[in-house]
Amino acid sequence: MAMLEIKDLQVYYGMIQALKGISFEVNEGEVIALIGANGAGKTTTLHTLTGILPAKTGSIKFNGTELTKTPAHKIVKMGIAHVPEGRRIFQQLTVLDNLKLGAFTRKDKEGIAADMKKIYERFPRLEERKTQIAGTLSGGEQQMLAMGRALMSKPKIIVMDEPSMGLSPIFVSEIFDIIEAIRKDGMTVLLVEQNAKKALAIADRAYVLETGRITLSGKASDLINDEKVKKAYLGE
Amino acid sequence: MAFLDNLINGISLGSIYAVIALGYTLVYGIAKMLNFAHGDVIMVGGYVIFTAMTSMKLNAYLSVLIAVAACTVLGITIEKVAYKPLRQATSLAVLITAIGMSYFLQNMALLIFGEKPVTFTSVISIPKISLFDGQIVIKSEAIASIIVSILIVVGLSLFVNKTRSGRAMLAVSEDKDAAQLMGINVNRTISLTFAIGSGLAAIAGALLCSTYPVLSNTTGAMPGIKAFVAAVFGGIGSIPGAMIGGLLIGVIEILGRAYISPQLADAIVFAVLIVVLMVKPTGILGKKVNEKV
Repeated sequence: MAMLEIKDLQVYYGMIQALKGISFEVNEGEVIALIGANGAGKTTTLHTLTGILPAKTGSIKFNGTELTKTPAHKIVKMGIAHVPEGRRIFQQLTVLDNLKLGAFTRKDKEGIAADMKKIYERFPRLEERKTQIAGTLSGGEQQMLAMGRALMSKPKIIVMDEPSMGLSPIFVSEIFDIIEAIRKDGMTVLLVEQNAKKALAIADRAYVLETGRITLSGKASDLINDEKVKKAYLGE
Repeated sequence: MAFLDNLINGISLGSIYAVIALGYTLVYGIAKMLNFAHGDVIMVGGYVIFTAMTSMKLNAYLSVLIAVAACTVLGITIEKVAYKPLRQATSLAVLITAIGMSYFLQNMALLIFGEKPVTFTSVISIPKISLFDGQIVIKSEAIASIIVSILIVVGLSLFVNKTRSGRAMLAVSEDKDAAQLMGINVNRTISLTFAIGSGLAAIAGALLCSTYPVLSNTTGAMPGIKAFVAAVFGGIGSIPGAMIGGLLIGVIEILGRAYISPQLADAIVFAVLIVVLMVKPTGILGKKVNEKV
């Protein structure tokens, strides 16, 4: 059984249908890339998955449990962490407070402290700046904080929305290195990216979204050589 | 000496404004709405204390406790019934609903307690302080107002900054969706905010009615609006800002009444607000909203 199973998901923004019945699955330990142009429905998919947006019809099953009627704050506790587009860290709070909020659903103090240590090892810059107000961090550091905050919830799967958006090339490479490192630790990752080249290079499988529908899917190594994908998303 | 006397009265009144302003500021900070019915919750608190003390012959402190409980429930109910269904509506719709709720509470009180104001018995029983051979007497109500408001501001700051629920409030105040993604129940956090704000309104009601012992269905309206001015003045959304704004508005009002004109005192308060908003639109301690993408 797949860890995450999405079936015929339809989502509306008022009268506008953003997702026209998409189905895909994510298996444990996989890195799955969701690629597509602006407005294709990538962010909508993630928002519906984590309960920010309601689904009209269709189902989302996480380890067999239906999620479409579950409120967002309960989904986190079940083990899905969401790194939102534009990072959405708490700008007016300190780095440490942001990380503590990431562990909001957890009660195991020792586990939290141990995970905090791990995150500081992975992101030494966050430890250096832990008492700093998060809004004063650079874009790349804020992205690291958003990832660290998501990891603090001790998720089974982490969904990331455009983690490389707006970052300098050095930071982009660094962010993808981090994703690689997270997956090596056994984390399952669902990655939404406009940087299709990097996303396909790191992913096991990928789905291509076009105006609310999945038009292509397969092994990332195959899609990266697909003529249509090359033309539309890789700029070749 | 007269000046010192006025100053103390101003600080005392300002302390009460501060406690009311905290309710405005908390709700605005977290639910992003102006709860114009907040002032009327003070009046409800006053009537609960009055009824408990006169009809039920209860002890003053117990009566205040009952009022705090009653207003907390009232605050949560108002939010659930009137504001929660409008979570996705425009802020104008919410504002109009809040004004409607304010009139509803005033008219319910009119229906139950009649139009004739009642005389409120002070709930404060601490001794007054006499200074400079009795030239200045600080009334027990003034002492109580100042001490209680300081305790509340300190307690509330600790709660918001040091506890898990407080951190959840800060997170919701900054970004509701991101807060949900942390596992925070936004609705419960908003309820908690209304509960705290309304509980504080009951305490403000006890202090206000003890200091100015006339209680009618509109008792909360003007202090409510002035406390709103205080919250904006200090920087809406900021807890220390509400305290500073409250104290300044109280002092300006009393000194204006004493040295400029009793009739113009209220006008001066609002003139100050206009000037502050022109010079610093976010108020004294208001945070600049930085929208970084």
